[in-house]
Amino acid sequence: MKQQTTMRVAIVAVLVVVAVVFAACGPRTEQAAAPARDFTDNPWTDGQDLSGTTVQIFGAFVDEDARRFNRSMQPFIEATGINVVYEGSGDFESLITVRVEGGSPPDMAAFPQPGLLGDFVGGGQVIDLNDWFSMDYLQQQYDQSWLDMATMDGIMSGFWHRANVKSLVWYPVKAWEEAGYDIPETWDELMELSRQMVANGHTPWSIGIESAGATGWVGTDWIEDILLRIAPVEVYDEWVTGDHPFDSPEVRRAFEIMGEIWFEPDFVVGGIDAIVGVPFGDAPNALFTDPPSAWMHRQASFIPAFFPSGVEIGVDVDFFYLPPIDTDIAPRPVLGAGDIYGVFNDRPEVRALARFMTQGISTRAWVEAGGFVSPHRDADLDWYPTDIDRRFAEIIANADPFRFDGSDLMPGPVGAGSFWSEITNYVNNYPNVPLQQTLRNIDASWPGR
Amino acid sequence: MSDAVIQKNRTVQVLLSLAVAVVLVVVFAWSFHFMRAATAPRLLIAVVAMVVGVGGIWALFLTADHLVAQMPVKLREILRPYVFITPAFLVLLVYIIYPTIRTVYISFFDFTRGGTPQNFGLQNYVRAFTDPALLIALRNNLLWLIFVPLFSVSIGLVIAVLVDRIRWEKIAKSLIFLPMAISFVGASVIWRFIYYRAPFGAQIGLLNAIVVAMGGDPVGWLRLEPWNNFFLIVIMVWLQTGFAMVILSSAVKGVPGSLLEAARIDGAGEFRVFFQVIIPFISGAILTVTTTIVILVLKVFDVVFVMTSGRFNTEVLANMMYNQMFIQGTYGRGAALAVIIFIAVTPVMIHNIRKLNKA
Amino acid sequence: MADSLVIQKRKLRPEEITSKVLLNLSVVAIVVIWTIPTFGLLISSFRTPEAINSTGWWTAVFHPFSQGFWTLGNYLRVLTEDQMGTAFANSLLVTIPATVIPITIAAFAAYGLAWMNFLGRRLLFILVVGLMVVPLQTSLLPLFRLYNDTGLAGTYLGIWLAHTGFGLPLATYLLYGYISQIPRELIEASEVDGTTPMTKFIYLVLPVSVPAIASFAIFQFLWVWNDLLVALIFLGTRVDVAVVTTRLSELVGSRGQAWYVLTAGAFLSMIMPLIVFFALQRYFVRGMMAGSVKG
Repeated sequence: MKQQTTMRVAIVAVLVVVAVVFAACGPRTEQAAAPARDFTDNPWTDGQDLSGTTVQIFGAFVDEDARRFNRSMQPFIEATGINVVYEGSGDFESLITVRVEGGSPPDMAAFPQPGLLGDFVGGGQVIDLNDWFSMDYLQQQYDQSWLDMATMDGIMSGFWHRANVKSLVWYPVKAWEEAGYDIPETWDELMELSRQMVANGHTPWSIGIESAGATGWVGTDWIEDILLRIAPVEVYDEWVTGDHPFDSPEVRRAFEIMGEIWFEPDFVVGGIDAIVGVPFGDAPNALFTDPPSAWMHRQASFIPAFFPSGVEIGVDVDFFYLPPIDTDIAPRPVLGAGDIYGVFNDRPEVRALARFMTQGISTRAWVEAGGFVSPHRDADLDWYPTDIDRRFAEIIANADPFRFDGSDLMPGPVGAGSFWSEITNYVNNYPNVPLQQTLRNIDASWPGR
Repeated sequence: MSDAVIQKNRTVQVLLSLAVAVVLVVVFAWSFHFMRAATAPRLLIAVVAMVVGVGGIWALFLTADHLVAQMPVKLREILRPYVFITPAFLVLLVYIIYPTIRTVYISFFDFTRGGTPQNFGLQNYVRAFTDPALLIALRNNLLWLIFVPLFSVSIGLVIAVLVDRIRWEKIAKSLIFLPMAISFVGASVIWRFIYYRAPFGAQIGLLNAIVVAMGGDPVGWLRLEPWNNFFLIVIMVWLQTGFAMVILSSAVKGVPGSLLEAARIDGAGEFRVFFQVIIPFISGAILTVTTTIVILVLKVFDVVFVMTSGRFNTEVLANMMYNQMFIQGTYGRGAALAVIIFIAVTPVMIHNIRKLNKA
Repeated sequence: MADSLVIQKRKLRPEEITSKVLLNLSVVAIVVIWTIPTFGLLISSFRTPEAINSTGWWTAVFHPFSQGFWTLGNYLRVLTEDQMGTAFANSLLVTIPATVIPITIAAFAAYGLAWMNFLGRRLLFILVVGLMVVPLQTSLLPLFRLYNDTGLAGTYLGIWLAHTGFGLPLATYLLYGYISQIPRELIEASEVDGTTPMTKFIYLVLPVSVPAIASFAIFQFLWVWNDLLVALIFLGTRVDVAVVTTRLSELVGSRGQAWYVLTAGAFLSMIMPLIVFFALQRYFVRGMMAGSVKG
């Protein structure tokens, strides 16, 4: 008897499952009939109607940046009916690794670090954009230097969508005017100004290098910016490829110059505690207290997205170009970076989106929101909402030389590993860890050594 | 009933249960697709998910059992246990055994992101043991291994004995157990706030506010080597003491009153009663709690990951492995670290197996 | 306890009163220390961003009415703009089946291990116990590859099964401890009726094992609800599927010192586990005890 009871229970369970599943099935079939629209008349889909398809993009930026990105995709979505779904995560490095290696990469991924994309290029997992676009087309969209940086292992590994200028120093405008500070044109003036601020009872700098698993990258930016200013550009290039060691007079000197600001008593708000403990996105907050808790903040052009709400760029806060050190070696060096989009899946809608994103129009909404530099040649200077934003573009244009963020180009174990961790360790223990040891540790972690 | 009728019945039953099995598979497959469809209404997906997930697993067991029940007696007796254990075994195989074997395999190759396994050898192990960072991670793991169980169990035991004698025992125990319910991420927010050192303005982190109120300078607690390891360990102790307390408290209640009375009549003070009567009596429970916490600590990852990501010499093995595998993309090296963790864990495993075999 | 009642009936001597007071005070001290971190979070989550950043939360406790700094705005913001509401629903959707499935499978397996003889019993036994200590991070990459081959990646079924896999060893271990202790007479008595193992399991063993099952259910519920890593890898971070912990960790990552968002978000993430825990805590102790005490 009992056996039959269990059997009955089993059958009832199955029936319930079936019933619910089919009940659930009902509403799904009745799709709301969309008004007939022409999705073929656009410059991107080659006259095909691809409406209803979806392109997945994965990236590292979240929050406000993600919202701006979505807004900038609107023209494409409206014209083609293709859905663009962006997903961002602070754990981008680990998640993209899992997804690509696991065999389900997103259609596109926005890499803040070309070096990471390079790893996947080496694995043959990235689509060569030369197969999709002619060189003429690409050269018409981007400066050659951007194309050069995107060329890895002989393939066009991706396209650029957002550029950052890193060699910037932000300052609170009104407080500066009241205090009568002038914008420094040389490194000596910058140091002199810092000392002047201390003498006036002000704290010159706000620095924060905390960034969860990526803590330290702010420090590597400083080193790169300084190295570009004191050493011939060839040294920088060789250093990035691993042919010039960290343990060398040039890199050591860069660390020392950085230390003259970072470790000088009263120069940095909160001292070393704050440098290693404050998240990079919170560091600029010190500029916006009344009176300012710090008077200068060196950070890239994307940082306004992290400013407290209500801060008006150009009115409350402005920036100046981080001055050169040795103008004979480098008259106007600029450090930059950008998001390179690697493409992993070949479908018509992905091609269409890639075509769209290689055009300036795809950056318009983001440019207009401020704090965004478009690497596209056909991005209109009029889109930039303020003079400030136009000045980003000018700084890149007038750069001599312009170089990409070195740590982002180095192999993972260095650029996303030892360089970050060793600089953090060095700063945290200053002066107890010898610089020599820090540099040697980084050198030793270079793959293949 | 004649034999023929039984025979016929049996055939029908077999067919029926086979049919049910087929339907089940179809339903599973169908609902699986349904749940993946982004167009379906979320609420429906939820309902289907719940019903299939919860009801489906039962239907599976019952159908399998019924199928086996139709077999000839001898075969039935052999197969029956497997109805009960096969799903568990399959799940373990897929989710733990297979990945573990693959990890061991990978650990012998120079295998990095975007590459294929190559250069079979021990280089990853050599590298791991010559890496100064590994020594620090080992040291930190050792600190965790000693201090988390020590503090959680002893504080938990003291609380268990103390609350046994007060009237508001329930409330006290609930409040101390409460952190158990908090996620590592949630706990990290709580403790970041406590350790917070404001770079400017008022110190709103509790610890630094106290330090400042006593006339000191604010401290960056999480970068204070090597003490920062202890500040992280405190978090784990805070989370785990409640667990130890609850178990030990039940054990303490199991100590016979007559035993305590006898000891007291013999003139033993409360401390002697505690050490010479209570502790020996509940040593079994203490051991169980300690083992459970040790296992947890050997795998400690979350607290370090969310609080410091291993910076300032707070690295532990599990976090180091995660970093090497997923951030730096050196799979081979990460896998070698994983194997090192396995080996470190083996004694606890053997102890567990022995213990359970005895029982 | 009976003997303490006896003591209270007679008049307390002065030193007994002192020791009672000391005892209560020390417990109060411990409880306060243990509660303060959570309490500070709770208070802060109801304060305005300006108030949080300018004064410590304790000033609000000492002068609750002197400042007009209380607000529900943090919660509103987290629920709407930061989409914690959706995440909450997602968490439930992940957690409930991910609790029921492993318990079911583990209960069957525990019964099989405890009361049946079969080839490979010892091997399964060693596996279950041994696998309790394997760190799950090592499984992520191979499993993810497997998930993509089978199309399980990013599905709810996928994450339920993942949690089932990672929770199964402990579940089986705990339930085995309990089920194996059911008196043999009880099991054998029911055999007379000509029942099958399955009916014995359903009608006898399961009802008897409710405390152990409930205690593991709490464990697994807390663990799944609070899990970050598995959800991050197998479900992803898209806001429409992200669970509470994923959202919260995104907030920590992108706004590490925006305390008004973090405190409200963190407290929201704790509500469900706290409810479950307080509703079921008496089972928790009974189940854990039964499984462990024999040691």
